[in-house]
Amino acid sequence: MIFLQLFYEFFKTGLFAVGGGLATFPFLSNMADKTGWFTHSQLMDMIAVSESTPGPLGVNTATYVGFVTAGVPGAVTATIGLVTPSIIIILVIAGFLKAFRNNRYVDSAFQCLRPTSTGLIAASGLSVAASAFFRTDAGESLSLSALKPEAVILAAILLAVTRFIPQTKKLHPIVWIGFSALVGVIFTFGGVPMS
Amino acid sequence: MLKALSELFWTFAKVGVMTFGGGYAMLPILQREVVENKHWATDEELTDYFAIGQCTPGVIAVNTATFIGQKNQGIIGGIVATLGVVFPSLVIISILAGFISSFSHLPLVINAFAGIRVCVCILIFNAVVKLWKSAVTNRLGLVLFLVVALGSMLFHISPVLFVILAALLGILLVQFQGKEASGK
Repeated sequence: MIFLQLFYEFFKTGLFAVGGGLATFPFLSNMADKTGWFTHSQLMDMIAVSESTPGPLGVNTATYVGFVTAGVPGAVTATIGLVTPSIIIILVIAGFLKAFRNNRYVDSAFQCLRPTSTGLIAASGLSVAASAFFRTDAGESLSLSALKPEAVILAAILLAVTRFIPQTKKLHPIVWIGFSALVGVIFTFGGVPMS
Repeated sequence: MLKALSELFWTFAKVGVMTFGGGYAMLPILQREVVENKHWATDEELTDYFAIGQCTPGVIAVNTATFIGQKNQGIIGGIVATLGVVFPSLVIISILAGFISSFSHLPLVINAFAGIRVCVCILIFNAVVKLWKSAVTNRLGLVLFLVVALGSMLFHISPVLFVILAALLGILLVQFQGKEASGK
């Protein structure tokens, strides 16, 4: 039963996530809320691992969510679910490629879909950020006293090196994921003593 | 036939392994493997597939693989090429995920991922800024961005609904502009 549900959820994601890269992320965040298969902090860990390993980001995160939910068969089911709509859609439009590319309706629909997809990613980003910046994972009782100052400082440093310093701006995200892991361990970001 | 299909599978498995993150990063890899080594498509065709892969739902790498596989060996080819491109992800992520979950109770892992989550927030923020530059180019784009971002944050509406409504709006706009243009 879980496999049918996984397939359905990822089929939906593959059908409606437009734009590649993080486009599937709002759907996964919504999936976490709705099904309880995984938490927001798990989702962030999965994105970090997916970004640091070979393979397209969308496929990697689908595989990971599937694995966390139902092991290797779950990973296969989720991934097949994600790519099935792509296969169907591409095989259908392959017949009239040029017409599709130059179609006014398709073009206009995508004019509206791009900002929509960006808005969805921004909103999901904000909603998962709670688990990175606040001590509680519940998300309900977010108060200023629960804010982790060390996380805010790390975020400010990362923002500077990925956006403003020309020498480090072009580095692959893996570098910063590794750096953050190190900082997290040294300053016990998880609140667990290292001994 | 079987030999051609296995060649498709392994070539795209290779493309999958060499794709880090996806999107534009994979275009040079496709160019080398598909255009220069295998001659399955021309540069122009590849650019076309890639452009259409971006404006159809789904993962761009998968869409492009389906296109090239389909052109090469028909429907089966499209399916086989797609299975090839996702194969490395399935193997690598399953192994890593199993590994990570058996160590997830260690303080080292807990603290490392707590740090990593901060980094993921920044990566998402940077991705949004980058997308914003190409997506929000006019007032309509800005309004859509704000309505969707606020709507999905405050009301927990499924992203599916927003996507369907945005596509419909785009289609209706053509109708509207068409009438306006012919009315003048």
